[in-house]
Amino acid sequence: MAEFEPKIVAFACNWCTYAAADLAGTARVQYPPNVYIVRMMCSGMVNPEYVLRAFEDGADGVIVSGCKYTDCHYMDGPVKCDAMFDKLKKMLHVLGLEDERLRREMISTSEGTVFARVVAEFVERLKKLGPSPFSTLRKEEAKV
Amino acid sequence: MNLEDIIQETKTYYCLECGKCTSVCPVAKYDPGYSPRGIIEYALLGFGDELVFNKELFSCLTCYTCQQECPSDVDFPVFVRKARSIAQDKGQHGVCAHSGQLQAVQRLMTSPVIKQKRLEWLSKEYRISDKSDILLWVGCAPYFAPIFEDIAFNALDVTKAALKTLNSLGIEPMLLPNEKCCGHDALWTGDVETFKRLAEYNAAQIKEAGVKKIVFSCPEGYRTFKLDYPNYVDLSCEVQHISEFVADRIGKNGVKFKEIKKKVTYQDPCRLGRHLGVYDAPRKVLESIPGIELVEMKHSGPESICCGTSAWTNCDSYSNMIRVERLSEAMDTGAELLITTCPKCQTHFRCAMTDKGSEQRTTPKIEVMDLASLVASAID
Repeated sequence: MAEFEPKIVAFACNWCTYAAADLAGTARVQYPPNVYIVRMMCSGMVNPEYVLRAFEDGADGVIVSGCKYTDCHYMDGPVKCDAMFDKLKKMLHVLGLEDERLRREMISTSEGTVFARVVAEFVERLKKLGPSPFSTLRKEEAKV
Repeated sequence: MNLEDIIQETKTYYCLECGKCTSVCPVAKYDPGYSPRGIIEYALLGFGDELVFNKELFSCLTCYTCQQECPSDVDFPVFVRKARSIAQDKGQHGVCAHSGQLQAVQRLMTSPVIKQKRLEWLSKEYRISDKSDILLWVGCAPYFAPIFEDIAFNALDVTKAALKTLNSLGIEPMLLPNEKCCGHDALWTGDVETFKRLAEYNAAQIKEAGVKKIVFSCPEGYRTFKLDYPNYVDLSCEVQHISEFVADRIGKNGVKFKEIKKKVTYQDPCRLGRHLGVYDAPRKVLESIPGIELVEMKHSGPESICCGTSAWTNCDSYSNMIRVERLSEAMDTGAELLITTCPKCQTHFRCAMTDKGSEQRTTPKIEVMDLASLVASAID
């Protein structure tokens, strides 16, 4: 049997983390190809539903990443993101999802290598955890 | 199922177009674009496609005020519910409040392999038993708790109060560690597939636990188990709301309440009141607490006004206007406490009172409390 390859959805802010991912690419930093990046204008606009949808659609882990507190293009995006993330994490905990499957990161524009390292670490951890408990949802639907 | 079948099934063709539904509808009072009669007419004239793509279809509160007035006994809420399931098939789902996370949680809960951690709030002061034949339904409270932190409402307080009340009546109920959402909101927004899965899972789990009676602290779960589950799953269980459960034990086993000197008013939740006809039990409980003076609002009992949003969809400024109207009625009674029996009513009222936009418009402020919490505080 082939090794389990986790699917990761990363919500990345346009001004920092997306640029960092871009930098990782142009600098040819190697990292696992398991991550699907969704570009958001700000980490503060990541809606809890986006994350829940990602899990519903078969993601094994989700990263929400944006600027550091002082770098935000829109003043207080990271603060909003933190507030959203806190609640979401508590809710997903009740739902029985392992806390490690949801990651909050702050990766600045120049930190291409940090982005690559975070993804590589996350992939390793998710491989140990195995598929997400919600990964069967879409398969079940296909059966119906 | 198409709209024609739904018209046949709910006997919508009996509509006389008298418009009584629209005249009593709390939404139509504020939203000029919304009319139950208009929706029925649309359907009867064969504009089914326009209807399911009309956003107003999801504005109905399914509060049953219209059905109560209808001379032809058209079951408008059920008509809306079924029309919504057609709309869902076509990708329409209204505007989901709280960014759709409550709907998403329901869908995620249909996963058969999840192991929820929903009972982490239980502490040693509560007594539960795995052998009891009475089950206390916890419902969505553990999920509401983190979402509604901002409006200072912890839905688990209601569950805790209900559990404490049962304990002090000498009952150690069972709590299911992996119970799933009852599916009420999924059903009423037309997501029947999700509802069926949740219902089947719950029915199987309850049967396995060998429960004879389920006590609810939420009228929505109560309604769903009493009226909707029999149509979808095979489950023979007695169901009761906590207010009925307490009302039955007043006087007999000597439930004694200490004195609480307060003037209160009571909000009938639409699920408990108009859907199930339970008006007397909560009032009986209130009256049996010494010192409590119950004053009724202008609209009470079958005429009471809904809290403004149902199944977490289409919550807009009109919903807020309904809430402000209801809160003003509560204020006008001179009561210092507004009692309700539904955690969702409480969420909506508290939300209206903390709404920053409405501060200039002098939103009425009154303390809102669940009946279970009041009973629990009167017991010790």
